[in-house]
Amino acid sequence: MTERLDGPQAAGGGDSAAGASSGPSEPPAEPSSESPQPGAALSGSGADTPAASDSLTASEEPPAGPAAGYATAAPPGAVATAGAAKAPVRLGPPPRLAVMFLLPALLLLAAWVIYPIVYSIWRSLYDAAGDRFVGLGNYLSIFTDSSTLTTIRNNIIWVVVAPIIVTALGLIFAVLTERIRWATAFKLVLFMPMAVSLLAAGVIFRLVYEQDPDKGVANAIITTVHDAFSSSAGYPGARPRENDQAPAVVQGGAVVTKQQVQAGTPVLIPLVGLSQDVVKDAAPAKAAPAGDGLSGTVWLDVVRGGGGTLNQIDPQEKGLGGITVEAVSGGAVKATTETAADGTFRFSGLPAGSYVVRLPQSNFTAPFNGLTWLGPSLITPAIIGAYIWVWAGFAMVLIAAGLSAIPRDALEAARIDGATEWQVFRRITVPLLSPVLLVVFVTMIINVLKVFDLVFIIAPGSVQPQANVIALEMWRVSFGGGGNQGLGSALSIFLLVLVVPFMIFNIRRFRRDEG
Amino acid sequence: MTTLAEPRHAQPIERGLFSRAVDRLGGGLVQVFMILVALFWLIPTLGLLVVSLRGETDNNSSGWWTLFTKPAQLTFDNYSNLLASGFGSSFWNTVLITVPATLLVIGIAAMAAYAFAWIEFPGRDAVFLVVIALLVVPVQIALIPIAKLYGFLGIFGSILGVVLFHVAFGLPFAIFLLRNFFVGIPRELLEAARMDGAPEWRIFATVVFPLAKPAIASLGIFQFLWVWNDLLVALVFADTENQPMTKALQSQMRQFGTNVDILAPGAFLSLIIPLVLFFAFQRYFVQGMLAGSVK
Repeated sequence: MTERLDGPQAAGGGDSAAGASSGPSEPPAEPSSESPQPGAALSGSGADTPAASDSLTASEEPPAGPAAGYATAAPPGAVATAGAAKAPVRLGPPPRLAVMFLLPALLLLAAWVIYPIVYSIWRSLYDAAGDRFVGLGNYLSIFTDSSTLTTIRNNIIWVVVAPIIVTALGLIFAVLTERIRWATAFKLVLFMPMAVSLLAAGVIFRLVYEQDPDKGVANAIITTVHDAFSSSAGYPGARPRENDQAPAVVQGGAVVTKQQVQAGTPVLIPLVGLSQDVVKDAAPAKAAPAGDGLSGTVWLDVVRGGGGTLNQIDPQEKGLGGITVEAVSGGAVKATTETAADGTFRFSGLPAGSYVVRLPQSNFTAPFNGLTWLGPSLITPAIIGAYIWVWAGFAMVLIAAGLSAIPRDALEAARIDGATEWQVFRRITVPLLSPVLLVVFVTMIINVLKVFDLVFIIAPGSVQPQANVIALEMWRVSFGGGGNQGLGSALSIFLLVLVVPFMIFNIRRFRRDEG
Repeated sequence: MTTLAEPRHAQPIERGLFSRAVDRLGGGLVQVFMILVALFWLIPTLGLLVVSLRGETDNNSSGWWTLFTKPAQLTFDNYSNLLASGFGSSFWNTVLITVPATLLVIGIAAMAAYAFAWIEFPGRDAVFLVVIALLVVPVQIALIPIAKLYGFLGIFGSILGVVLFHVAFGLPFAIFLLRNFFVGIPRELLEAARMDGAPEWRIFATVVFPLAKPAIASLGIFQFLWVWNDLLVALVFADTENQPMTKALQSQMRQFGTNVDILAPGAFLSLIIPLVLFFAFQRYFVQGMLAGSVK
């Protein structure tokens, strides 16, 4: 059930204007998306009279209504019987025929679904090998073992976060698609992941989440955006020489001149520690022209193949462009500038005085490489992202169907009365949609509780313990090398217990709709 | 396409110039926003397709999106290598599992749904409520017991075992969907046939089944996609020679970084048939979803 729409809900009966549709499931007719009547969108058209056809008990009451209509076409005798007696005497087949029709299905359900539930309860009371009775020991270890507690914590995160986001996005997309061109194409695009296996979706997102920004599109986008806003040239490893002659030192990650400097004397900040490849294409370093203002040069004080004078600009040496330079006085940054391609910088409009020139740490940190999506801390949000990608279209289509069943007059009336779009949305659309929203939400919760494939595929082996969820842990301990079918059975019963409330929800909903 | 098509709503009556300007601007923003969202949804799959068509060295040295700046690096080598490595047999296994599992569910569920909808028998409502309850039972519950059972029956690892498992767990949804459809069939049609003395199986075959084609199409596409896309059941019950594509690909996941040239084309092959079916039958897909989920 991991990837189906398990939770078919008996929802939304003919109980509200949103009409999350009462009809019996779609009759064959064309989906009449044109018609705004309640229920129209969800149940095609045709035999959509809730009272008569959509009831568990419909066939037990042959009385007036159906019989009368039927009378015109039927021989008088039959009418007399049916009409007069309101009788249980029916044309219907004997009950034993039902047995024949039901037998294959009931046998399969009994052997493959019901018997396993009973067996699992019994099996969960025994140890790993199945020969020693341990009572509730397996359940106890679910709630005491730290690795299973992590899975429970993750499941809670999933249940709290994913259904809300999926439902909210579905609502937003459903409302917005009503106002755009190409709405059909848009819906198909969002809906398409529903057809794709979760394994394929997992492979797709492993590619998206690749750490290297040159491979993973997520980090490629993030680093591009990041670099657009902060232009750190990035010379990781560059540093001044560590000797007494060097004019600058490292202080708290930044490079700072040893002496106070004044305007008029160009400052020299020679750095080392960079590979020549980094500055292969850089412009040759130049001395800053003396003149007014504080100026200087930042360059790589290394000559390829050796030679050159230490702390002096030699012709073959390369300037370091794009480095942030700060003029500091009394501990405060008074001005900031950036080096040109040849390594020169100049502060213009700086008050005269003594300054320390500082190259802040940001010049020397490694370039931003994006997020570690598949690392231990981001793995669950990353997988939830993939889950939303898969399911938002489902929510959107269900909610859009409910939306098209809302009476347009109500919305228009409110608009004419001067309500803003937001007020219409908040006070009319959402309340009328609430039955559909509830159904989507509940369906998502049931689905999320059983999430397995995405976690299994997207989380790399090393972080699976951090990403683990109950359904995956159940498989892992029973079949994936854990070898503990006692604990596995207890976990599967635990999972079953978690969906029981929704089982009851479904049944009650169904009974209310049918009754 | 009809299902997803949007009804055109009447525009609100004439309003002030300003409010129309705001509408126009807002509408433009919405359009742009939705295009961005659509791109967001398309890009991951597009990435998989492009990666599957690029050579290993290309994939290791640059992102797939560089395709747009320097084209002409596409190749089908990954696909031919994949098929040469025996992936074709797991494709075949997927078909052998999916087709019978879909047909069996339709047949068995249609019979049961007919009984629930049109034959009266004691306890009918109670039994149907049990079916509804079973809708949400997680498959995990059956993995251990059925593995034991299959070991006992000697079908562990076989395609038959996988098929039967899928049939059983597909039944609650299938019965629910079809029964709700069947009760909507006008009762006069059945009564008339019964009056004519047609046996029940013939009413079922000649009256109900033909009328129910759309519902059966919905169910069929759902069951097909579910079984085709399944990983967990295959992981437990199919052994290596009978494994479907999903399990074959999963076994390659461990070396993800070095296996992209196998995984990307494999994943794409596994999703292309569901995708084609989805686009061909999306009307039924949506109907089934609405019937199964909201109803």
